[in-house]
Amino acid sequence: MKDDVTSREDRVANLKGMGCERKRVEDARFTQGKGNYVDDIKLDGMLAGDFVRSPYAHARVVSIDTEAALQVPGVLAVLTAKDLEPLGLHWMPTLAGDKQMVLADGKVLFQGQEVAFVVAEDRFAAADGVEAVEVEYEELPVIVDPFEALKTDVVLREDLDPNADGAHGPRKHPNHIFTWEAGEKEATEQVLDAAEVVAEENIYYHRTHPCPLETCGCVASMDKVNGKLTLYGTFQAPHAIRTVVSLISGIEEHNIRVVSPDIGGGFGNKVGAYPGYVCSVVASIVTGKPVKWIEDRMDNLMTTAFARDYHMHGKISATKEGKITGLWCHTTADHGGFDACADPTKFPAGFMNICTGSYDIPTAYLAVDGVYTNKAPGGVAYRCSFRVTEAAYFIERMIEVLAIELGMDAAELRRINFIKKEQFPYHSALGWEYDSGDYHTAWDKALKAVDYDGLRKEQAERVEAFKRGETRKLMGIGLTHFTEIVGAGPVKNCDILGLGMFDSCEIRIHPTGSAIARLGTISQGQGHATTFAQILATEIGLPADSITIEEGDTDTAPYGLGTYGSRSTPVAGAATAMAGRKIRAKAQMIAAYLLEVHDDDVEFDVDRFVIKGAPERFKTMKEIAFAAYNQAIPGIEPGLEAVSYYDPPNMTYPFGAYICVMEIDVDTGEHEIRQFYALDDCGTRINPMIIEGQVHGGLTEALAIAMGQEIAYDEMGNCKTGTLMDFFLPTAWETPNYTTDHTVTPSPHHPIGAKGVGESPNVGGVPAFSNAVHDAFRPFGLRQSHMPHDHWRIWKTANDLGLHD
Amino acid sequence: MIPAAFEYHRPKDIPAVLALLEEHGDDARVMAGGHSLIPMMKLRMADIPHLIDLQDVDGLGGIAIGEDTVRIGAMTTQADLIDHDGLFAAAPILREAAFQIADPQVRYMGTVGGNVANGDPGNDMPGLMQCLDAQFTLVGPDGERRVPARDFYEAAYMTARADEEVLTAVTFPRQAGGYAYEKQKRKIGDYATAAAAVQLVKDGGACAEASIAMTNLSDTPIWSEAAGAALVGTGVDGAAIKDAVTAMLGDIDPSEDNRGPVAFKRHVAGVILTRAIERAWSRA
Ligand SMILES: Cc1cc2nc3c(=O)[nH]c(=O)nc-3n(C[C@H](O)[C@H](O)[C@H](O)COP(=O)(O)OP(=O)(O)OC[C@H]3O[C@@H](n4cnc5c(N)ncnc54)[C@H](O)[C@@H]3O)c2cc1C
Repeated sequence: MKDDVTSREDRVANLKGMGCERKRVEDARFTQGKGNYVDDIKLDGMLAGDFVRSPYAHARVVSIDTEAALQVPGVLAVLTAKDLEPLGLHWMPTLAGDKQMVLADGKVLFQGQEVAFVVAEDRFAAADGVEAVEVEYEELPVIVDPFEALKTDVVLREDLDPNADGAHGPRKHPNHIFTWEAGEKEATEQVLDAAEVVAEENIYYHRTHPCPLETCGCVASMDKVNGKLTLYGTFQAPHAIRTVVSLISGIEEHNIRVVSPDIGGGFGNKVGAYPGYVCSVVASIVTGKPVKWIEDRMDNLMTTAFARDYHMHGKISATKEGKITGLWCHTTADHGGFDACADPTKFPAGFMNICTGSYDIPTAYLAVDGVYTNKAPGGVAYRCSFRVTEAAYFIERMIEVLAIELGMDAAELRRINFIKKEQFPYHSALGWEYDSGDYHTAWDKALKAVDYDGLRKEQAERVEAFKRGETRKLMGIGLTHFTEIVGAGPVKNCDILGLGMFDSCEIRIHPTGSAIARLGTISQGQGHATTFAQILATEIGLPADSITIEEGDTDTAPYGLGTYGSRSTPVAGAATAMAGRKIRAKAQMIAAYLLEVHDDDVEFDVDRFVIKGAPERFKTMKEIAFAAYNQAIPGIEPGLEAVSYYDPPNMTYPFGAYICVMEIDVDTGEHEIRQFYALDDCGTRINPMIIEGQVHGGLTEALAIAMGQEIAYDEMGNCKTGTLMDFFLPTAWETPNYTTDHTVTPSPHHPIGAKGVGESPNVGGVPAFSNAVHDAFRPFGLRQSHMPHDHWRIWKTANDLGLHD
Repeated sequence: MIPAAFEYHRPKDIPAVLALLEEHGDDARVMAGGHSLIPMMKLRMADIPHLIDLQDVDGLGGIAIGEDTVRIGAMTTQADLIDHDGLFAAAPILREAAFQIADPQVRYMGTVGGNVANGDPGNDMPGLMQCLDAQFTLVGPDGERRVPARDFYEAAYMTARADEEVLTAVTFPRQAGGYAYEKQKRKIGDYATAAAAVQLVKDGGACAEASIAMTNLSDTPIWSEAAGAALVGTGVDGAAIKDAVTAMLGDIDPSEDNRGPVAFKRHVAGVILTRAIERAWSRA
C-alpha cells in the first residue's frame, strides 16, 4: 500500500492523452528553424544533380550534345536515356501500372520533361551545365484536350501496343488508358428515363497542384564498400519507395535504407517516385559519391504530380418532391503523358465511386475514362483520399443543379435525401459500406449556427436592392455536406504495387517508464509525434511527454504504406492502439504477479493496474515497466515491447457540414468571404487543437483551389502557371476567419473510434466556396460555371448573365 | 533558379559607377533593390556578367521636401516612402500607392529608382510618377539631364535612359487637392490587373486640374491627358466621370494574360478609374 494523493482527474490530465489539447512537440524545432529537411542534409563529398528539361510539350529528341556541358568547370557527368538503358533504368514503373520515362527516350510528352541529368560538384555548376547541354528537338502536334486526344491520329505513347490491354483492361484508342466502371449502367439509365425530374450538367474540376512549401528532393548515397544504398528524400511512403527502388535497381532490399527526414508538406505530391530519385541513385552508383537533387519551385509546379483535371458529366434524377432516385456520371480524366496516378491498384479512378456522397441514392452508375495528353503526369490525391475531392465536388454541384431544376432550397433538398442515422452501416449503390454517420444532426446544427433562414432573407433583400441599382454586390451562401472515405485500406481490396495497405506500430517501453514508438507512416506537418503519443498515453498509461514517436527510417520503423489519404490515424493510429493493448496485456500479468493476485483480479485504471474492488492496492505502469526489466517473472519473458500490423476491416467515413457566405463584386469579379462555418465529424477526437489547425489549413487550400489556383496550359502545351506569381497560394491577407465546430460519431470498427480529419476541409471546402459563387448568381439564372473562380471568370459569369448591361 | 556566374561590383560614388558602365558596356547593369533584376537573372532571362550594386553609392538616398518640390533619391525604398510623414503631407498618394506594391519584404528592398527605371509595365511607380508630372534625373558620361516621366517610357523595358546613364532621383511638385491610387490585383504580391493614379484640384465646386495615369494596361504606363481634360471644368459628376473613362479607354491597349482577356481588363480599368476619381474627388 502506498500513499496516493493525486486525484484520478489529475492522473488523467498528467497523461496528456486523447482529447487533450496538447501543444505540438514538433513546434519547438520548427519555429526555431531547427527542422531537418532533405536540403539540410550535407554529406562529405556530396554532388548535385539537375535536369535539362524539355521546352516543348510534344517533340522528338533528335540529338543530345553534352560536350559543352562536360567542359563547364565542376560538371562531372551528364546522364541521358542512352546511359540508363543498359541498366534498364531509362523507364520506370508508375504506381498506376503504367511506365514513365526517367530520361527522354526518343521523345518528350510534356513541357518540363526530364531530358538529361547533369551531375556536378555543386548546384551552381550543375545549373551552368544544364544551360550548356544542347538538345535538338523536332516538334510534334500537341494535344492538350483529352476529348481531342480520343479523336486524333496523333499517338502520344508510341511505346505502347495500341491493340494490347492496359493495366486496367481494354483501351479504346491509342491515347486511351482505361475505362473503370462502378454501379449498374442499365438500371440507372432506366431510372433516369422514367424519372419525373432529371438535371444534367458538365462539371469540370480543373487541374491544380499540391504545391507543398518544401519541393521534392533526395540525397542518394551508395556506399561501395558495404554495398549499402541510403536514400534520404521527401517521401510520403518511405517503405514503398524502398521496395520500388529494390525492384527496379536489383539492389537487395536489406541493402537499401530509405529515410524521410522532416517533410515540409506533401499533400499527395510526395507519394510517387520521380525521375530525380532514380537519376540520383544512378549518379551516386556511378560516381561513388552522395548526390543531391532538389527541385526548384518551377520544377515542382510544372513536372511533379498535379491533382484533379476531371471532366465530369452528370445526370441526377428525382421525384417532383425532391427524393433522389438515380445518379449517373461519366468522367473523362486527363492523366497527362504517363499514367502516374497514386491510387490503390484496383482503383484507377481512386474512390471516385464515393460520388453518391451523403445521400441515399438507390441506383447509380459511374464510368471513368483515363486519357493521355501532352501535360505533366500525376493525378494525385491533393489533401484528399484518392479522387474524393472530385467526387464530393461533383455530387455537391449536382445537388445544387437539381435544386435549381426543382425550384427547391438546396439545404432542404439535402436534408430530405441524407442517409439516415439508423441506416448505418449503409451500403451505397456504388459499392461502399459507410461505417457510421449522423448527418441530420450535423446539418441542423450547422444551419442553426449560421442562422440560415436569416441569411436567405438577407440574400433576397440584396437581390432586390441590386435590381434597384442600389448595390453592385451580390451575396452567395455556399452549402456543402460531404462524406469522405479515408483510411485505405483493407488489404483484401487495397494495395499499391501489390503491397497491402495495412500499417504498423512498434513500441518499446524503457525500464524507467518512458517509451519509443515507431510507425510505418511519416508526418509531413500533421503532428504525428504529438497525437500518436496521446493515443498511446491513454492506452498504456504513461505520459505522452514520456513517449517518443519516430517515423521515416526504414531501417528502424516497421513496414507501412505511409501517410496520405488521411490514412495515418485510421490505420497506423489503430495499429498504435492495438500495439498499446498488447503492452497493457503483458503489463496486466506483471502487475498481477507483483500484487500477488490472479491476472483477472486486476484492472487498468488510467496509469496503473489496481486490484478490483481494492483500488488502494495498485502498481503504476512506471513500476510495471521497471519490473519488466528487473524481475524474473515465471512464465513471462523479460522486457516490454509490442508490434502491431493493422489491417483495417473497413474504411472510415468522416463527414461534415460547411457553410460559406460570400460577397461578390459583379463589376470587378472580386470576392470577400464574410463567414465560413465548418462542422467536422471525424469520430473520436484525439487532439482538438490539432484538428482545428488541420481544418484551417485544409480550408485555406480549398479556398485557393476554388478561387484561383490552377495549372493552366496554352494550346502549345506551355504551362502558364509555373511560378507563385501566377499559381495562387493564399497568404494571411487572402485567408478569411473560420469558425470550427464538431459532432462526434465514432467509427464502430476502429479501435479508438477515430476517422481521420486532415483532408476533410479540402474535400468539403472546395464545393462550399464554389457553391457560394454559384449561389450568388442563382437568382440571375446561373447553373454552372467552372473553377477556379478568379476575378475574370466571375466577371465573365456576370457579363454573360447581362449584369453589366 | 540559379543565375549564370557574374562579377559583383560595389562602387562608392557615381564616377566609379559610370566608369564601370563604360568599361563593360552591354555586359554591365546597375542593381538597386534587386527585386526585379535578380528574378530575371535567376530565370536566366537576363544574363549580366557585371553586376554593379548601387547600395554604397553616395548621394542616391534621401527624401527632401522643398517649398514647391519634392526630391526622392533613387535608392529610397518603398518602405521609406510609407514611413516618411513629410512626404505624406506633400504627396499623400505615394503612401497609398506604396502600400499596394508587393508585400513588406519586397518593399524593404525595392527602390523608387529601380521601380521607375525598370520599364516593366506592371510596375506601379511609373504611372504614379506620370500622374505627378515627375522628372527623372539621369547622370551619364555627358553629365546630368532631366527627362519628364511622361516622356520616359517607350515600350516594355525600353526607356529614354541610355545604357550608360544612372537614374539618381525623381522630383515632382508638391501636390494639392485630392488623390487616389486604386489597384485591382489577384492577391498580395501581384502586379496590377488594372491600376489608376488620380490627382484632382477643386476650385469652388468645379475641378480645376486633373491628372490621370493608368498602370499595366499597355506596354507602357498611360498618362491619359484626355481623361483628365474630361474632368476639368466639371463638377465631377457621373457624366463627367463617364467621359473621363471613355477618354482613358481610348488611350489604353491591354493584352490578354493570366489575369484575364482584353474585354475584362478594359471593363475593370473603367471601374477602377471611376472609383479612383470618386475617392480623389471626395478628398479634394
Ligand atoms: C513578389 C514581388 C512582387 C512585386 N510586386 C510589385 C508590385 O505590385 N508593383 C510594383 O511596382 N512592383 C512590384 N515588384 C517589384 C518591386 O517593386 C521591385 O523592387 C521594383 O520593381 C524594382 O526595384 P529594385 O530596387 O528592386 O530594382 P532592381 O531589381 O535592382 O532593378 C530593376 C531594373 O532597374 C535598373 N535600375 C535600378 N536602379 C537603377 C538606377 N538608379 N538607375 C538606372 N537603372 C536602375 C536595373 O538595372 C534593372 O534593370 C514586385 C517584386 C516582387 C519580387
